[in-house]
Amino acid sequence: MFYSSILYKDNFEDNNKISKEPPCFTDLNLDRIVNSVISGKEEYNLKPFFYTPAPDIETILYRQEAAKDIEHGTLFEDLKSFAHSISTVRRYIRMIEKLNFMLHREGWFLEAVIVYCDAVISLEKDLLRADLKSNGLLKFREYLTHYVQSPDFTSIHSEALKLKSDISSIQYLIEIKNEKVTVRKYKGEKDYSTEIKELFSRFTRGESRKYLSKVTIPLGMNHIEARIMDCVAKLRPGVFYNLHEFSINNNDFMDSGIISFAREIQFYISWLDYIAKMKNTGFAFCYPEFSASSKNIHCHAGFDLALAHKLSKENMPVVCNDFYLTGKERIIVVSGPNQGGKTTFARDFGQIHYIGSLGLTVPGREARLYLFDDIFTHFEKGENISDLRGKLQDDLIRIEDFLSRATTRSIIIMNEIFTSTTLHDAVFLSGKIMERINSLDLICVWITFVDELSEYSESTVSMVSSVDPDAPEIRTFKISRRPADGLAYAMSISEKYGLTYNSLIERIKT
Amino acid sequence: MKPLLMFKDHDFDIQAAPPLNSEFLIQDLELNVLFNAMSTGDPFLLNTAKHTLLSCFENSIETIRYRQDILRDALANPTVIRELYQTTVESEDRKKRLWSSIFNNSPGSILNTAVDKLSMFVTLLRELKIVEELHRHKFQSEGMTRFFNMVRSELDHNYLNGIETHLKRLKFYKGMHISAAPGKGNEGGSYMLRKPFRKKKYDLKRIIFREDEAYSFSIPPRDESGFRALTSIKDAALNETANALAVSADHIDSFFKNLRIELSFYICSLNLAEHLSGLNCSFTFPSPHLSEEKIFSFKSLYDISLSLTMKRSVTGNDMTGDSRNPVIITGANQGGKSTFLRSIGIAQLMMQCGMFVPADAYNAGLCNALFTHFRREEDPAMKSGRLDEELLRMDEIILNIKKDSMILFNESFSSTNEREGSEIARQITRALAEKNIRVFFVTHLYDFACSIRQSGLSGTLFLRAEREEDGRRSYRIIEGEPLPTAFGEDLYREIFKE
Repeated sequence: MFYSSILYKDNFEDNNKISKEPPCFTDLNLDRIVNSVISGKEEYNLKPFFYTPAPDIETILYRQEAAKDIEHGTLFEDLKSFAHSISTVRRYIRMIEKLNFMLHREGWFLEAVIVYCDAVISLEKDLLRADLKSNGLLKFREYLTHYVQSPDFTSIHSEALKLKSDISSIQYLIEIKNEKVTVRKYKGEKDYSTEIKELFSRFTRGESRKYLSKVTIPLGMNHIEARIMDCVAKLRPGVFYNLHEFSINNNDFMDSGIISFAREIQFYISWLDYIAKMKNTGFAFCYPEFSASSKNIHCHAGFDLALAHKLSKENMPVVCNDFYLTGKERIIVVSGPNQGGKTTFARDFGQIHYIGSLGLTVPGREARLYLFDDIFTHFEKGENISDLRGKLQDDLIRIEDFLSRATTRSIIIMNEIFTSTTLHDAVFLSGKIMERINSLDLICVWITFVDELSEYSESTVSMVSSVDPDAPEIRTFKISRRPADGLAYAMSISEKYGLTYNSLIERIKT
Repeated sequence: MKPLLMFKDHDFDIQAAPPLNSEFLIQDLELNVLFNAMSTGDPFLLNTAKHTLLSCFENSIETIRYRQDILRDALANPTVIRELYQTTVESEDRKKRLWSSIFNNSPGSILNTAVDKLSMFVTLLRELKIVEELHRHKFQSEGMTRFFNMVRSELDHNYLNGIETHLKRLKFYKGMHISAAPGKGNEGGSYMLRKPFRKKKYDLKRIIFREDEAYSFSIPPRDESGFRALTSIKDAALNETANALAVSADHIDSFFKNLRIELSFYICSLNLAEHLSGLNCSFTFPSPHLSEEKIFSFKSLYDISLSLTMKRSVTGNDMTGDSRNPVIITGANQGGKSTFLRSIGIAQLMMQCGMFVPADAYNAGLCNALFTHFRREEDPAMKSGRLDEELLRMDEIILNIKKDSMILFNESFSSTNEREGSEIARQITRALAEKNIRVFFVTHLYDFACSIRQSGLSGTLFLRAEREEDGRRSYRIIEGEPLPTAFGEDLYREIFKE
């Protein structure tokens, strides 16, 4: 049987995958997100998976199905422990190449085989128990069952177990007097430390500091340990002869299909791992519905992942935002007070589309998205540039560049462009760019201080960052759909500290 | 073995964090003067004084009485208590001399250090034994009697001799026996020190089953890495035993440490008592009550910090405040109001930690926390307005205060105009009193003081700084309704000599 991919319905050549970070990554914080996702999993080379959006809606669905299977029940944890075991096997094999003593190499080889066999067998059990629905995992399960029942696998497994149990039963006694070392069988001599504990038991008082040293025996085997082990091998010659034969005969024990699976499954595992903490903190994720034709999109309770990831570690909530576009609406113009969550909203919008296009779950309770061909972003960098004319020029060159490449299927996200030019210029330039974007009929999010843009045409929608009128000192970071306003707030000082009679009666503990 | 001189049934934990508002208490009640008199400059005693006084709120009436009894014994036998305390100081000093080598923390050296330490402790345990034999009959309190009984039964001479024999055996003159098993990768592991069997000379079974089969090798004298490897095997094997020994040494050490900590409270109290007697200041054991009893009365209560600073006895005050709350104190500036407030706070802490109090009589309910909200004259770090700062501090108190707490206000909320300040104070005081929090409020907010009783607090007790007929202050606080002036005129005249 041949192994087939769990990421692509039909086999997709590895070299078609993009190995360079897409340009929108930095502005949308996707670089930080992906780096967190794959951190600690470098051995799998997962970046290309995250740099390459699924080619079509069928592939998105193929992956969503697989991801749903993995999320269901205990399969996620099962796959993680499988992945952990396979990476342990790899580590052992890399290590064996560097070892000096034969008994040592053979001992570790046996460990590697046992870990591998155990991992494969429990994976098969887990998959058989799981209620699989996705084509990708069903195909793999069939492959795995076939492999586990093959004579190659069963014979190596039983041999390894027998050897391990023989070796584990050995116990010996080392007698050290000055430079002389004697090795003999252990016959049940008593543990010295128990006697000491009894002697001083009357002084015992609860938990105490431990004086157990950790690193006294360095990992590995030095020449003295090797000589002791040689003596042990003489005490038990049969067992160690069998081990030697076993390691010579089973050099190539890992299956290539299993290895490919172990890498591809990391795409899902790493993502689910990344969002797990956030889900526990109460953030909702969903599988978005994609359309290649309709631009009626919406997302309920979306949020910025990078921010949520950071805040969920501190157990702090993040404000969620909704957005939707219907009919002729295409362009969301965001205005309102600074520090009100506008940039976060723009990133959140871009992240949801990009991550959704990978076939993964996205932030939000429910989402319907558009299958774009490319995302173009332009974010103000906040850098202090003295040559304003040069900066404006650069801005315009970049915007012109992506407007010329954008199609009606693209998404454009712009954040506070033209802030460093005069208002007159900004209004004029923004108007011109709006004209271009409007005629492309593409989906766009535009954060701007030029309020007029929000009423440009029937394709524009106004959204505003806001402050809670009852608690103006607390920023809500909520972006909502309404015309812009500019409110001022003041609160009485005693109410602010909750020190009125009524609030005290509520507050004081009894 | 536990000293149990602070609590009948458990150790005294000096590591426990003091209440969050400790710094405010120290500053507002001027506790440092008291701490210094108790510690006589010794940092260890200072720590005890601070801790026992500031963390006294959990103590039950039973604990307070338990300590009062031991303290009575200590006041009758100061030299014996000081001698016992000296043993514990000695243990710390000698230990420090042995301690340096513990930084080489291989099991081998842990084992050797532990053996040395244990030998040193055995000597000191013998000293405790001697004090017990000579003086036990002089003590009556439950705590001291229990302590001496424990020393007698747990530290008999046979036991102490037995320890010494064991410590000699742990020098391993006859070699070391270590059990082991192959672990992952055939690496030797599970090393453990074993007690060898005594060998029988002729054992047929051993010969038939070749149980004596053994293979030996010797490490050449120049093979340094070989000896190092052997040492690490020995260390691994000694690990458990070294741990057991070091842990035992720690346990004995912490027995001495605890004994030192617990005795140090009585040493602090003895120091203070001697100090007060030298100044001719009286003190008495207070009688603690449950908070529900709503008891709060005292006779000749004086501010101990003031006495210690002025090195003489100072005017005391009486109060009959059973079932009265809140207590509003008004009257002349410089009339002893702050001193009065402080003396209550300090006496309350001293009572609740089991000490005597600076008064002729003191009967009061226990509180579960004590807060102070004193007007801060200047605060250079202050960013917001003064009222803002006062309210912020109040807000922090509200987060922690609860039923049966006690709070002392000193000229609070006077950083705004009187009408506003009074309204804020009224609302806060009313809420606190209704929640069964004992409130003492020194104020010159006349509007507040006058209206507080009408706001539903019929139990309000008014006290006033006394003013003699000729305008001179007696520094006495007596019962009295608020008067509409704070006698600023007097002060003005006095200072400006008009």
